[in-house]
Amino acid sequence: MKEPDSNSHSPRHAPLLEMQAVGKSFPGVRALDGVSFDLFAGELQALVGENGAGKSTLMKVLGGVYPAGEYEGKIVISGAEQHFAGVRDAERAGIAIVFQELSLVPQLSVAENIFLGRLPTRAGLVDWISVHEKASALLKRLGVQMPTDALVATLGIAQQQLVEIAKALSHDGRILVLDEPTTALNDSEAKALFRILDNLRSSGMGLIYISHRLEEVLYLADRITVLRDGRSIATRIRGSVDRHQLVSLMVGREISQVFPDRNRTPGAPVLEVANLRVRHPVIPGRYVLSEIGFEVRAGEVLGIAGLMGSGRTALLNVLFGSFPERTDGEIRVAGIAVDLQGPGDAIRERIAFVTEDRKRFGLSLIASVLENTTLAALPGLAMGPVLRRHEEVAVVERSMKELRIKASSPDTIVGTLSGGNQQKVVLARWLLTKPRILLLDEPTRGIDVAAKQEIYRQIDELASRGLALIVVSSEMEELLGLCDRIVVMHEGRITGRFNRKDATSEHIMACATGTVNPA
Amino acid sequence: MNVSTSAHLGSGSMEPAELPARGKEHASLQQTLRAYGMLAALVVIWLAFDYATDGVFLRPRNFSNLMRQTAVTGILAVGMLMVIVAGEIDLSVGSLVGLTGMIAALAQANYHLGLAPTLLLACVVGMLIGIVQGTIAAHARVPSFIVTLGGLLAWRGVTKGTSGGVTIPISLDTFNSIGQSYLDRSLGIILATIAVLVIIVRECRSRVARSRLGLPTLTLTKTIARALGLSVVLIALVAALTSYQGIPIPVLLFALIALLGAFVMSNTTFGRYLYAIGGNREAARLSGINTRLWIVAVFGGMGLLAALAGIIYTARVGSASPDAGMLLELDAIAACVIGGASLMDGRGAVFGACIGALLMASLDNGMSLKNVADYIQDIVKGGILVIAVALDMLGRKRAT
Repeated sequence: MKEPDSNSHSPRHAPLLEMQAVGKSFPGVRALDGVSFDLFAGELQALVGENGAGKSTLMKVLGGVYPAGEYEGKIVISGAEQHFAGVRDAERAGIAIVFQELSLVPQLSVAENIFLGRLPTRAGLVDWISVHEKASALLKRLGVQMPTDALVATLGIAQQQLVEIAKALSHDGRILVLDEPTTALNDSEAKALFRILDNLRSSGMGLIYISHRLEEVLYLADRITVLRDGRSIATRIRGSVDRHQLVSLMVGREISQVFPDRNRTPGAPVLEVANLRVRHPVIPGRYVLSEIGFEVRAGEVLGIAGLMGSGRTALLNVLFGSFPERTDGEIRVAGIAVDLQGPGDAIRERIAFVTEDRKRFGLSLIASVLENTTLAALPGLAMGPVLRRHEEVAVVERSMKELRIKASSPDTIVGTLSGGNQQKVVLARWLLTKPRILLLDEPTRGIDVAAKQEIYRQIDELASRGLALIVVSSEMEELLGLCDRIVVMHEGRITGRFNRKDATSEHIMACATGTVNPA
Repeated sequence: MNVSTSAHLGSGSMEPAELPARGKEHASLQQTLRAYGMLAALVVIWLAFDYATDGVFLRPRNFSNLMRQTAVTGILAVGMLMVIVAGEIDLSVGSLVGLTGMIAALAQANYHLGLAPTLLLACVVGMLIGIVQGTIAAHARVPSFIVTLGGLLAWRGVTKGTSGGVTIPISLDTFNSIGQSYLDRSLGIILATIAVLVIIVRECRSRVARSRLGLPTLTLTKTIARALGLSVVLIALVAALTSYQGIPIPVLLFALIALLGAFVMSNTTFGRYLYAIGGNREAARLSGINTRLWIVAVFGGMGLLAALAGIIYTARVGSASPDAGMLLELDAIAACVIGGASLMDGRGAVFGACIGALLMASLDNGMSLKNVADYIQDIVKGGILVIAVALDMLGRKRAT
């Protein structure tokens, strides 16, 4: 590792990029609140923070995904203020972003992907010789050997990422943003990537590196900026901060009094999991989940903490029979081993699953509250195949009242409701199946505080009624406020287990970032 | 037909972001407008043709013909609507009409089967083909567009092959009467009376049930107006048909199938599953719905209905030709789409599809009466299809 070039930070040089007091609001959420951030040429700066801290939103502002006017504050590049109308403008200004989900076209070649939409032409025809020449020149600059006519679909993730970086360079990018570039890479691939990033930094580019992996950040970055709740909390120079300090900067916040008081006494174990193991569907030798074991008792809320990609959603899907890959290990419901082949099996075992991303996995937005609410419990509301419609309406009206779903009638189209009310519709659906185990994945994402509070109240009440609940959440305070016990996952393993009274944000974050060795 | 329960005729908007709760009034008003808009368009087209043909179009004889023409497309449209609502498509129904009709004709001509075995054979073959196509689409994950495009070609080929390329006449008069005869006038009147009674009883029972469960009911005047309106339309229809020869058997069959279809879509778990699958297949699967099973089932139903349509079509013509039913799949899809169904997501209602089928048949019938050249008929129908959907989409966008 080279030492950071201390000259590059001196005031004599104007920064390559300045983002000044950037703010961005979504309905009900202040995603960015006066974030200031600067980047020098020849610097690699890391951006860290919890899920939802505002890193991606900030980069979308920078990348022109949210055009000028949709955010507050200023973007200044080499002293000139920028007003991007779209992604193209940002590209022209030299900003290149490699997102976590690669944006390559798998059916096209490496060279075609690099110059997608800008293939050099001669007399109106694509000049293929020049395409491949330019592409291999770019790849050479990265120090990569790769046939430029290979189809991207045939490349591994690591190589695809390099193509993406080459594409960024082909725009004459001066600022390169990498969002979680190493999540899909193995160690040697990651090391190769770091060498390339080092070269780019020496060549005078400015790099922004977003990662949950603090060891990488500490190893690579010249400076580290911490975002929390849409604000820039601190910027630290290399060597002046360690992991634990970073972790406390990332979490440090107080738990507001939105959580109901808990006085529950857990009963017998309802769900027991032992030695759960699932292979990664694509990367050989890697596991989505390994050696997972825990139990949940009646009347107990178990929290699962972990960063994105830690396997927490996969775990819930396995427990609901909806994970596409083969699962090894044992799942016991009320003491009896079960083999869950699909959601139908899980529902018969009275397991319910409030999925994450209600718009993708939860609701039919064009259908009514009624249709969405009774979907999983229809057989109980029918005589044979014929629905008892009036009774169905009555049941839904009761659910709407209990969960305080604000919709003018059961016939209201779900897509017109607020996020909080949509989420309550999903919850209502599952409560109608009379579950004894309720799995909730990010149950309060993207909903306003009042709706959050009501969902918390419901969760607490369901636990007091004797249900066993598992809550997956990225919000630390939610886990600490709701759960009796918390397990922490990191890269498919459980790296920490806490009772409510021993758990702190710092401990959890340390386990979630792999800073602590598996307990 | 079941207007009141069609929650999917047109629904409101799909906001990308979170919006505060908005009244249902909005969506339901839009639905009602769309239903009335379609009926109004139909009435305008009828009056225009009636004027253009000096009153021939709406004369009982032609009206009876028009309704009979609607029957085949209408029956296909009911099945197609269910397929479309589930987010799939069936391009093979025209060829299936030809194949099942041909099977019925050959069963009589070569194997001297009686009426019942002939009908049974055609229906079973239609349903099995539907199930096979549905299984390939649901389990092998071949898009239904491809599976049934293959079917469109293959089943037409089978029809040509089995018939040797020639038209086979129907030998059983009882079979032909399915397409050609009329319900006895007095029976028709009795049926209409029963239907009116059913309408009234349904409205009353619904009121009683709703108030028992503490749900809001329509005002008494509105209830009476609704029951009265439906009854008047029904009586007018039956009267018009009766003043010619009576209710044509195909029309009766179509009416029964449409009623059954509307009931299935709005009052059964199966219908609800289809809407859920079309609306968000992943969410439906995660709600424990066996999406593959129901996809196979809906294609099986479509195959059965195609066989019924094939029987009626063949019986009406009195013979099975190797080209029978060509392009009928497009008429059926057009009927659904004009009736407000969406090929993008699980929207659509049986009532709309039936009106769409009636509209398409009216265009055919009216333009033929005016001796409009064949090619112009095609241009007009194609144009109206696109314009109808464009208007619908524009209306939706503005409502968002």
